[in-house]
Amino acid sequence: MISHESIEKNLGLLIVLTILIVSVGGLVQIVPLFFQTSTTTAVAGLKPYAALQLSGRDIYIREGCVGCHSQMIRPFRAETERYGHYSVAGEFVYDRPFLWGSKRTGPDLHRVGGRYSDAWHVAHLMNPRDVVPESNMPAYPWLDRPLNDRAIQKKMRMLNVVGHGYTEQEISDAPAALKGKTELDALIAYLQVLGTHAPKN
Amino acid sequence: MSDFTSGFWPIYISVLTLLSIIGTWVFLKKQTTRKLAPGEKPELMKHTWDGDLQDLNNPLPRWWLGLFYGTMVFALVYLVLWPGLGNYAGVLGWTSLGEYEAEVKAAEAKFQPVYAGFMQQDIATVAADPNARAIGKNLFLTYCSQCHGSNAEGSKGFPNLTDGDWLYGGEPETIVATITNGRNGMMPPMGAALGEEGTKAVANYVLSLSGRKHDVALVGAGQAKFAENCAACHMPDGTGMHALGAANLTDKVWLYGGSEAAIIETISKGRSGAMPPMTQTLGTTSNQEAKLHLLAAYVYGLSKKQ
Repeated sequence: MISHESIEKNLGLLIVLTILIVSVGGLVQIVPLFFQTSTTTAVAGLKPYAALQLSGRDIYIREGCVGCHSQMIRPFRAETERYGHYSVAGEFVYDRPFLWGSKRTGPDLHRVGGRYSDAWHVAHLMNPRDVVPESNMPAYPWLDRPLNDRAIQKKMRMLNVVGHGYTEQEISDAPAALKGKTELDALIAYLQVLGTHAPKN
Repeated sequence: MSDFTSGFWPIYISVLTLLSIIGTWVFLKKQTTRKLAPGEKPELMKHTWDGDLQDLNNPLPRWWLGLFYGTMVFALVYLVLWPGLGNYAGVLGWTSLGEYEAEVKAAEAKFQPVYAGFMQQDIATVAADPNARAIGKNLFLTYCSQCHGSNAEGSKGFPNLTDGDWLYGGEPETIVATITNGRNGMMPPMGAALGEEGTKAVANYVLSLSGRKHDVALVGAGQAKFAENCAACHMPDGTGMHALGAANLTDKVWLYGGSEAAIIETISKGRSGAMPPMTQTLGTTSNQEAKLHLLAAYVYGLSKKQ
């Protein structure tokens, strides 16, 4: 056994041993998750976000929606009754970064796709109190402006590096898919696809 | 759930976990000095820092040492009882899914008898039952209030359910069908067909149907255009058609506003009002049928109370 004194007096050894001890938790808890079928395989029907949805997702990130809305339905009855099927790992394989969130000032949004009409989302984002008088969500009136996502093809190519599998056709069609759309359109396109591949029971 | 892609990972996890517990144990044992005999002086460590700083190698307090060993014992007991070591499921056989399913089952057993009673009654009867209304109100607030409002009075583009006016009909079966399948209301834009003047004329005719303030000079022209372009859905007398969800224009209910400007906007740009099918939304656990039944009864009762 290395003596206390030799560790304390040898800075390099101290650093190496500290890193080793601190990383055990990660080595046991995080690393094996990259080698599990349930965490690395997409659920049936799940596709990488289409160009417009991908742009909308970035607006979701830009506006900080994740600060008040989680995207993670836990396997508790109180949550599945309100939101729908609990979230499973395979639904998030195309989420980079994850937007699970950790705080619910507003409701969970993982199963919001298809729950409301597009018109509802427009009214609600412009001013939440027009449809839900009790809401304390801020209004996002500026979203009704042209979508300007010049980096969309770059983003898709980048995501291909980690295996999203966009085809050349999809990448070359992306700017056309965003043409004439507003930020609101993109955000709603993203919201409407969220959680729509819940496992069937 | 553990479904590793190779048999290496369970072993990797188990070995690392157990090694770190055992390693900590050995390290602690090795570094612990024995308890001092009465009057015995603790050993002076060899090193001297900053000229005159020295350490005494005092033993750790026994209770504290005990806590250290306690955490290791706790960890080992935990790993025997619960899943943690690779694929080993633990003596208790606990899973988060199992706990969830037990919770759902317990709730079903509790609520099933309550629901079963209501399921045997028709919707009109259920609607009159105060207990059913209390349950229905909770369901409504959870699943419907976001669009129709917590008081069910709706807002622009989202129908008021308390006024007794129905786009698709207010019979119990129709309400059940609406909740189950949703609705896709669509009025096509008529601006191009009618032209600006024609739109204004039709708008004034529509205003006259419900006795609102209107320009009398335009009504004649508006009526002719209405018969040609609008009557197929809204009926020649303007009372609308439930089969298509075409609104009754002769009453005082306006989904998108009843001012001349709002009506002109509706005619020229059209409107689409979609209600999504709610069966997916009504929770994923069982009792969906019963929830639908109680919800329909609550909505039916809302309009009947007026």
